[in-house]
This record gives sequence, C-alpha cells and structure tokens, in this order.
Amino acid sequence: MSISQHFPVLVIILPLISAVLIPILSRAKKIYGWYISSAATFISFMISLSLLRTVHVKGKISYWMGNWEPPWGIEYVVDYLNGYVLVVISFIIFLITLYSNKSVDKEIPEDKVSSFYTIYMLFVTGLLGMIVTGDIFNLYVFIEISSLAGYALIAAGRKRDALIASYNYLILGTIAATFILLGIGYLYMMTGTLNMADLRERLPALYDTTVIRTAFAFFSVGLSLKIALFPLHIWLPNAYTHAPSVIGALQAATATKVGVYVMIRILFTVFKPEFILEVIPVAKLFVMLSAVAIIMGSLLALGQKDIRRMLAYSSIGQIGYIVLGIALANRLSIMGSLIHVLNHALMKGGLFLVVGAVIYKTGITNIDDYKGLGKKMPFSMAAFTICALSMVGVPLTAGFVSKWYLALGALQAGKWVMVPVILISSLLTAIYFWRVIDAIYFQGHEVSGKIDDAPVGMLVPTFALATCCILFGIVASVPVNITNFAAKMLIGG
Amino acid sequence: MIEFILAKYNYWIYITLMMIGFYAMIAKQNLIKKIIGMNIFQTAVFLFYISIAKVKGGTAPIEWEKAVRYDNPLPHVLILTAIVVSVSTTAVALALIIKIYKAYGTIEEDKILEMNK
Repeated sequence: MSISQHFPVLVIILPLISAVLIPILSRAKKIYGWYISSAATFISFMISLSLLRTVHVKGKISYWMGNWEPPWGIEYVVDYLNGYVLVVISFIIFLITLYSNKSVDKEIPEDKVSSFYTIYMLFVTGLLGMIVTGDIFNLYVFIEISSLAGYALIAAGRKRDALIASYNYLILGTIAATFILLGIGYLYMMTGTLNMADLRERLPALYDTTVIRTAFAFFSVGLSLKIALFPLHIWLPNAYTHAPSVIGALQAATATKVGVYVMIRILFTVFKPEFILEVIPVAKLFVMLSAVAIIMGSLLALGQKDIRRMLAYSSIGQIGYIVLGIALANRLSIMGSLIHVLNHALMKGGLFLVVGAVIYKTGITNIDDYKGLGKKMPFSMAAFTICALSMVGVPLTAGFVSKWYLALGALQAGKWVMVPVILISSLLTAIYFWRVIDAIYFQGHEVSGKIDDAPVGMLVPTFALATCCILFGIVASVPVNITNFAAKMLIGG
Repeated sequence: MIEFILAKYNYWIYITLMMIGFYAMIAKQNLIKKIIGMNIFQTAVFLFYISIAKVKGGTAPIEWEKAVRYDNPLPHVLILTAIVVSVSTTAVALALIIKIYKAYGTIEEDKILEMNK
C-alpha cells in the first residue's frame, strides 16, 4: 500500500483538511491561514501532475472509495480529460493563492481573514472534487460545496453591492443545481445506477424514452446556467465585479472552467456523442447559442466603464468559444475547447490579478482612470498587455492556438459561418482591450502622487501566468498532445 | 385519463409544488419570500426522489423476516444529503439577507436596485 495509490482522493482531502486546520491554527498567527492554503494548494498541484503522468504511463486510474466496488461504491476516475483539467485548475488555484496574501489583508477585515481562507479552501475542495469524481450524485454534492462557498466569498466584497450580487447568484445557482439534481433523479429512475461509466453502458437502450430526454434537458439548462452561457449569464457580471479581487480572479479563471468540464463529462461520457448529434440534435442549438454568446459578450464588453465588468463580459464571450468547440463535436474542435480552457484560465486569471494589484495600490477600477499607469506600474501593465494580446489571439500567444483549432474544427464540421464569427469577435476583443492599453500607455499621466509597482509577492504569480500565455503560444505541443488524447478518448477518431 | 392522473398523483404534486416554488423565486420582490420559494422548489424535488423509491407492496427495508419486497432505500439516503445541502443554502441565504438588511435598510428587491443606481 503506497501513498500514491490514494492520490485521486488526496487531491481533495488536503484542501478539505486544511479548511478545518485554518481556523484552529490561525488563532496563533493570522498569516498561518495563508501559509496553510498555499501549502495545500501546492501539494494538490503536485499530486495532479503526478496523476496526469500516471495516466500517461499506465492509463486510466480508477479509485474505489472505501474499497467498495463500483457501481455500488463511489468511484473516482482520472483519465486524460480530467487529469488535464485537474492540472490546469490546481495550477491556477495555487498561483492565485500565492498572490492572495496582501490583497486579502487589504480587502478583508482583519478578524475575518481566517474565516475567509477556510471558505476559500472549501471552495477549492468543491472544484477539485467536481473534476475527479466518477459518480454523478457525488458530482452534485461537490457542485453545491463549491457554489455555497462561492456565494459566501463573493459576499465578502467591500461594497454593499457585493451582497446583492451574491444573493442573485445564490438564487440562480440553486435553480441550476436543483435542475442538475432532478436530471440525476431521472437518470437514476430509469437505469438504477449513479456511476458515470455504468450509466454510459445502460443509457443507449433508453435514448428514445421521454424520461431520458427530459433528464438531458434539465442537465443542459442547469449546466448552462452554471457556466453562464449567454442568455443565462445575468448573475455573472455583478458577481465578478463586486467580489474581492482575489475571488474575482478565482471565479473567472477556475469556477466556470470546471463547469465546462462537467458539461463535457455529461455530454460525451455519460451520454454519447451520437445522442447530442443525432438522437436529439441539441448540438445545433448549442452552436447557435455559443455564436450569440461570442458576439454579445464582446459587444457588451465594449460599453463598460468598470474594468472588472468589462473582463466579466469578455468571459461570457470566451465561454461561448469553449461551448462552440464542444457543440461542434469533432476531434479538432474539442481540442480547441480544451486548450481554450487552459488559455482562458491563464489569461483571465492574469488580467484579474493585475486589476487586483491596481486596486491594491490605488483603488482604481475605472478604465478612464488607468491613464498613465504604464509609467507608474510598468511590470503589472506589461503583464496586462501580454494577457490582453493573448485574449485577442495574436500569433505566438496561447490565445492564437485555441482559436486556430476552433476554426479548424468549425471548418471540419462544415460550419464555416463560425470562422467569421471568431474573427469578428477577435476584432471586438482587440477594440475593447485597446481602450485600456491606450489609456495605460498613450495618454498623459493623470495619476498623481507616488505610486510604485505592486509588491513582488503579487508580481510573481501574475508574471507566471503571463509567461505561460507566451510559453503555450510558442511551445503549443504540450497542451495539444494531451488534449489530442482526451479528444480521442471522448469521440474517437 | 383520470385514472392515469390519479395513479401518479405524487408526481403531479411534485410538479405543482416545484412550479409554485419556481414562480416565487422569480416573481417575488421580497428576498425572504424568494427563499421560501426556493425551499418549496427543493422540497418538491425531494418528494420526487422519495416517490421513485417506492416499490409496489414494499415495506421498510429493516423488516427482513416479514418483508417479501422492500422499498429502494438508496434515494432516501441521497435525499438526506440533498436536504443537508438545502438547509445550508437556506442558512447562507438568510445570513446574506441579514447583511443586506443592515446595509440597505430594506429587503425589497426593487428598492435595493433603485438604491444601487
């Protein structure tokens, strides 16, 4: 019995245990909360890397919780798809945790810091749990753990608007989760099983029944609400804008990405690709919705004055890209989606971290007030520019690779209309980021007083993300190879 | 037709309750009333889970000797978890409402939105 055998469960147990330890240990010293969180997220990241390596060497890992044999017991499964997502998400979480210390000290009242980190780690537990579980009811439980922690974290924002943003998110998030719960109930009613692999075996015989189609409808609506697909996005901009900066970054970079992963799991693993393409052609609907999301997200981002709100609307557009790749359902487009999950997490994480650093130093959130910051905070703004270029999809940045694969996937699916959609949206992205960059570098410095750059503790994680944006643009083969395996596993060919 | 409706009456009740809750969550302006709606909405789903567990002529799974058939206990267990989730959600929501009341002095959504402008 070696410890590595238990890695699939340890990756969630560690944050969970640290959530219990933080309120006890940080009584002695406030900073312990941050130490413990950083250590736990770092170890989770290392475990994720080791899991992905094991998957590469030995193939799919199946972990039986409490040694109960599936489908009776709860099974944790790690394959190329969730191994990859696990590495991406735990890496981003680790960097954001590293960054969090100063920002949290500034934005959260001193006596609340230890509770903040406790809830933070519960949030992380929920996200990582959603990724590794192979049991559909367990998935629901983790969705609720991360959502509940998420509501509390958003409500920790400084202004009172954060409270109402969190409340609205709670109402919509509960509707979404309850729909997913109903979907699970319908599947269980027909098949008598909750194990995802087992469901995959048993469902095809029942594809024609109304019950299974109803279940699928509940899943689609619930998950679309969770990932804020265009018409169901209203909770997102306020939640991202008013949350504490660290939480804005964490939500934008990880929470919706994990939602997208769950969507891929349900669409391609629990149901088979034939179901969404042929039995009920819901893929067509998702293609249309995502096209609208891509354009509308970018258009709405154009008109925003608050930079965080602009980034939030931009996220809605980017979610459109990812769903587009899923709905086109061929190997190239799914690769594009999965690479975009990584890229968007890096870019949006980086952008939100820079915005957080500016808030930490100056309290500015308005785009017009960014004038002259290029001279005052040169390093932060350089990171911002790199991430913004990658968002636009300039060649040699990561954003280009995923858009390239999405466009190839669209052509292969015969949906050439989607190529101009991607191009127009890239153009719009360039316009709304240009407004910020123009203010930063090319307008007189109106920011008076002495402002120096963000502290090193904040700059290092930000630059790590910005560097990755370039690194994965030049050395694209690493994510391309892994996602290639994952896409092959999902739809074959 | 009537027999069809009557035979599945608990499902009809679940759908009716769910729609009542759903309506309250969307249409009510008072934040507490929304939470009441949310509780009805979730309870309806619990009722659905309990209904699918019923086996015709089944008893509780603890009476081993007498029972010929017994009801499926798994949905009951699942729904215990979902009840815990529901209680926690309600707790978080009520805590939020208290903070909202302290910050705004009201729990009517339209007034709060006006104050946010």
